[in-house]
Parts: sequence; C-alpha cells; structure tokens
Amino acid sequence: MKKKMTKGAAMITSALQKEGVEIIFGYPGGAVLPLYDQLYDTPLRHLLVRHEQAAVHAADGYARVTGRPGVVFATSGPGATNLVTGIATAYMDSVPLVLITGQVPGAFIGTDAFQEADITGITLPVTKHNYLVKSAEQLPGILSEAFYLASTGRRGPVLIDVPKDVFDQEALFDYKIECEIPGYKPTYSGHAGQISRAVKAIRAAKKPVIFGGGGLIRSEASAALEKLVERAQIPVILTLMGLGAYPGDSALFLGMPGMHGSITANYALSEADLIIATGVRFDDRVTGKLDSFANHAKIIHIDIDPAEIGKNVQIDVPIVGDVKIVLEAILNKLQPGETSAWLKQIENWQKQHPMPGGLKSSGGALKPQQVIREISRLCGDNAIVATDVGQHQMWTAQHFIIREPRTFLSSGGLGTMGYGFPASIGAKLAAPDKKVICITGDGSFQMNIQELATAVNNRLDITIAIINNGYLGMVRQWQDIFYDRRYAYTRLEGNPDFIKVAEAYGATGMRACDEQEAAAAIELAMREKGPVVLDFVVEPEENVYPMVAPNRPINDIIIGGERS
Amino acid sequence: MKHVLAVLVEDKPGVLTRVAGLFSRRGFNIDNIAVGETVSPGISRMTITVEGSETIIEQVVKQLHKLVNVIRVSNLSEEPSVMRELMLIKVNAEAGSRSDIQQIVETFRGKVVDVSPDSMIIEVTGNEEKMEAIKLLLNDFGIKEIVRTGKVALLRGSMVTRDS
Ligand SMILES: Cc1ncc(C[n+]2csc(CCOP(=O)(O)OP(=O)(O)O)c2C)c(N)n1
Ligand SMILES: [Mg+2]
Repeated sequence: MKKKMTKGAAMITSALQKEGVEIIFGYPGGAVLPLYDQLYDTPLRHLLVRHEQAAVHAADGYARVTGRPGVVFATSGPGATNLVTGIATAYMDSVPLVLITGQVPGAFIGTDAFQEADITGITLPVTKHNYLVKSAEQLPGILSEAFYLASTGRRGPVLIDVPKDVFDQEALFDYKIECEIPGYKPTYSGHAGQISRAVKAIRAAKKPVIFGGGGLIRSEASAALEKLVERAQIPVILTLMGLGAYPGDSALFLGMPGMHGSITANYALSEADLIIATGVRFDDRVTGKLDSFANHAKIIHIDIDPAEIGKNVQIDVPIVGDVKIVLEAILNKLQPGETSAWLKQIENWQKQHPMPGGLKSSGGALKPQQVIREISRLCGDNAIVATDVGQHQMWTAQHFIIREPRTFLSSGGLGTMGYGFPASIGAKLAAPDKKVICITGDGSFQMNIQELATAVNNRLDITIAIINNGYLGMVRQWQDIFYDRRYAYTRLEGNPDFIKVAEAYGATGMRACDEQEAAAAIELAMREKGPVVLDFVVEPEENVYPMVAPNRPINDIIIGGERS
Repeated sequence: MKHVLAVLVEDKPGVLTRVAGLFSRRGFNIDNIAVGETVSPGISRMTITVEGSETIIEQVVKQLHKLVNVIRVSNLSEEPSVMRELMLIKVNAEAGSRSDIQQIVETFRGKVVDVSPDSMIIEVTGNEEKMEAIKLLLNDFGIKEIVRTGKVALLRGSMVTRDS
C-alpha cells in the first residue's frame, strides 16, 4: 500500500488542529505564503494584526488567560525580527508560545538573500528552544516537540523557522502529541525529604509569609495556596507576576513586595522568620539590596526551574517541582504553627500604612490612582485587566483589586511598553465573556496604537483606559527623584487627540478631565460594546509611592506624596 | 577555582552555539572547550573548563541542563579523573640548540613531529602543569607559535559519564 504523503504546510495546519489550537495571530509575507495558502482551507481562525510585535503580545495575552500555547505566524526577515520584543517579553515571564516563521528557501540560506534574517540565531537567548527546519520529514517531530516544550516544565516561547520550499515538500505525516526529548525531563513532584523539612519549618515558624509569583498561576496552584493560607494562617505577598493567584481583597493578602510594593509586604518580608517562596525568581525589583533581603528568615523555595533556586538568594529548603504538586504535598502533612501574634503585628502595619493615593482629589486634576480604583470598583470580579509599562502599571498593581488567577496581564520581566493593548486583544479572544480592560499610558499606547484597526475590525469589546499624564511618567519620576528634576526628553509633546484617533479607526472615544467626567466615561465603557478609548487626563506630575530606591533594602521606603 | 565539566549533548545543528552563547550571555568564564564524538551515535561530548566559585559553577551546571539539547552535565573536578590536553609548539631551533631542545622534549615525554632548518614542532600531551612547565623551558629558545586542543577528561576506574 502506498503511504499518503503530506505537504509541509499541511503538516503544520494539521498539527495545530491536533494540538487544539483555535486561533493564530499573524501577519503574512513572501516566505510564508504557502502556509497562508494552506491555512485558507482550514477552520483555524487567523487574527490579522497590524504589526508582528502585536501578534506575539496578543498570542501571549491569549496564553496567559487560557494556559495554552499562543500561536504566531510571520514571514522571514523583517516579519521575523519584528517578533523579537514579543518573544523576549514572553520568555522573561515564562509564557507558552509556538511561533512559526517563514524563511528564505533552503538553497538561499546564508547568501544574504532578500528578506533573509537568521532568526534562530537572533532568538537563541530569548526562546526556550528553537528550530531551523531542514526538510519536511523533520516537521512532525519538531512541531510536536515545540508544543511539548512550550507548555510543560517552565513554560516559554519556542520558535520554528521554516524555509519556504519546506512548506511545499512532501513527506509522511505521522503526528504524535507525546514526545520524548532525551535532554528534557522536568521534575514535577518535590523531593519527599525536602517537603518534610518544609513542613517542619512551617510548624516551627512564628512569623511566616508566603511569597508567591507567576509560577503559582502557571501551575494553577491557587486552590492549594488558599487551603494552605487558611489552614496555617500565613499571610500572602504576591509579585507583579503573581497577582491574582490569591484574592486581592482577602484580609491575609498583603500586596506586592519590592520597589513599589506595599509597606506591609516589605516590612513583613524583612521581619519574617520563614519565607515560603513559591514560583518566584527573586528579581531585583522585588528583593532590593540583596545583602539585606530577608535577613531574619529561613527560606523555602519551590520552583519548577532548578536554575532559579539559589541563583540570587541563598535557600535553606530548596524544592524543585511543580508549585501546585508541591503545595499539595505540603498540605497533606501540614501542621500549622502559631502565627496569631504575627498576624496582629501585620494588621497594625496595614492600619498604619494604607496604600497612598487612594484619596479623592481635592478639586483640581484627576488622580490616576482614583481613576484606577473606580474602574476596578465598576468592573467587579468578571474582568481581565492588561497593563502597559510605567506608573499606570504600578498604580494598577496597587489599586486594582485582582481576585482571580489569569485576570491580570502585565509585562513583568522585560517591562515592555506596547504590551498591554495587544495582550488585551488576545485576552478578549481567549475569554469573550469577560470584560477586558487595558490600562495604558499615553506613551505606551502609542507603541501599538495601530492595533485599534485589529480591534475595531474584529469588533472586540475592549476598554482602553489611557492614564494620560503627558509624560513618560515613570522615567520622569526617576528624573524627579534621582536627576534633580531635569526632565530630559520625557515630556510627550505632540501627543495626538486620542479621541479623534479612536474615531478615525472607527472606535468610540471619551475624554475625562475631572471626577464627574471620569465616572461618566467609565460608565459608558461598561455599557458600550467596545473598543472604547477613554482618555483620562490626570495630574501630570503624580509619583508612584511607596518607593524603594534601586539597590536599597526593601524596608527603606520613600513614602512621599500624600499620606492619609 | 577551575572546574572541568563533561557535557553530553545531542549532536544537533547549533548546539555548540547554544552552549557558547549561554556562557557569554551569563558572563561565565570559559577557559577552553573541546568537542568530539562519543560511543553513542548522535551524541557528542563537550569538555568545558570553566573558572568560578562553587555558586557560579552550580549556576553554570544548572543553566547548561536547561538547554534542551544537553543530556547530561557532570563536574569531573569533583571526582578522581584523568585530564589531558595536547599542545603543538613551534620553537626556534638552529642547529646549535636542537639537542638541548630534544632533551627537554624527552624529559616531558613529548615528540618532535617536524623539523626545518631553523625551527621544530613539538607535540606534548599532559595536564596543565606539564604544559606550563615545558612552555617555560622552551621560552628561552623562542616560541614562535602554540596551539592547544583544550582539556579532555574521563573519570578514573570503571565509572562512565552516561548519556541516559
Ligand atoms: C519599549 C520600552 N521602551 C522604553 C521603556 C522605558 N520606560 C519605562 S516606563 C516608561 C514610561 C512609560 O510612559 P507611559 O506609557 O506614558 O506610562 P506612565 O509612566 O506615564 O504611566 C518608559 C519610557 C520601556 N519600559 N519599554
Ligand atoms: Mg504617561
């Protein structure tokens, strides 16, 4: 019997269907034409963005919301290089992506052919793994490995570069979802001995805190975490990446740690006798000066990536494993310690140091924090919020109440301006029934503002709330504090009229300069089917507080601004 | 301290770039690296000499493990092992100095592998100290060129560094 041969392009579309992919984010071009031609005949949905970077961020938003790999198509050369910032963003935040790029035909590789770029070389440091396909025979194995690598262990982006002729080559297509990679064996269940040591440490601790990050969300550990908190009465601190892993309005939630963290979270980490670090990587924005980080604490560190354990901070009880599986193992043997005095102490800190900026403005300009609190209040708990990068991002982390995992999307590790809006597009496609809000800055929004066309064209109900301070606010804040108020090139002169821009794309827009207008604008956005652009013209020189200066101990806090 | 790592890798395109890129990206100091086949088809062995504190070496090993094409990493400096390197030295050797050079070479159990009217090429195999010692002695005659393979190493005894 003659075996059926399949074209490379068809192998890719079939593999995507077998992997359960529903939507592809992409942008065509010469080298991927055969793949797009194949795609045209399949039920797979394709979202045409207006810039490849946005395709990656949208796929990233989709992946953060669903937990499944986001898929991106792009062409060779400039198409592929436009992906790089998005890939690096996903890599830093451990987001599963599978990216397929067209490449010049095999015979042209290495000749500086038209639209040739060595994208596997370029993305080597920012992908979990990548492949340059040599022939169609390799495709089934590579596709299956790519999905497996992206979505297991520590998640991450995987890129497959496919020369144009390989799309048209025929070979046998025998696709297996399961695959064996000799050098890739993630550890999921923690070491029993270390788990016992962790249990003992928890029982003995008088001042324990849970310090959790993105790993909690990636491993779906929220339920286990909530049980642990409830049974052992241990307060929770979540990093920017971890927000939503534990309800943000719970009494035992202390907020975010680090540079713009809550005072209570930073004091608690500094005074704790036990830190249960789960799915965090001790980033410098969180630890401040390393020598003085958590000097009184024993540290348990649970992480799927062995290389994170002991990388920045010395660990007393290292546990390599999936955060959820390990937390469940700890729960099985848990013996709660006595933490009531500690909780009392924490309650006092919380009373003494509420998050600044929550107050209503006294006439005058709109307070950004107030706008964000109001949006949070009106959204209730059925919303997904995506942010860009800057002051508005930190204010969102501080003031927007995030109750559920996978409902807060932000570029934490790379801090990519331009992430938020396309990520919210991906989020809306992943969760059509949720209210999706992008809280952005007047600077950041302009880094991917062209995606208004994508959102309008696909009638995506997204609210874009611009916290418009007329500045690259976060950079201006550093100039204010560390550079003698010399505002070198941070004034965003020549900002467009965002309402007119929205309207030009066919979206609705509304500006708000005071509290009444803000309330009306938010209400409009709640009612109207988006995309809706809200332009909140806020106090231009408001700073984000509390603040810990870089490389200072995290209990050395600048409170600044207004105090309640 | 210097550590010698045996790294078994899948023999896939770009694997050397991945390993080398990791070292430069993370600021690890690579002293030398030698690559060759193993008894298992499709698997190559890299012997990497790297300088750093215990904590740094621990990171190096863990980061190498994270590369998908890396199958196994062992630190041979932690176990009794045989380490060798091969060096070729081209040294000035006029008629008058040849026998002196010859003597040094014999002491170090090296070999003269090429002779021309005014120079010789000498081959020596050994560990780091031996290389340094012979270099020092030959320096007096004028070393014109040196090439080294980088260290390779095996565990002593019947233990092997396995690929599974
Ligand atoms: C792509 C990129 N370029 C530069 C920066 C540096 N940066 C960090 S925050 C910021 C200002 C962001 O301005 P805006 O979006 O208006 O937010 P704001 O801080 O004013 O709320 C800049 C330029 C960055 N994070 N990303
Ligand atoms: Mg701004």
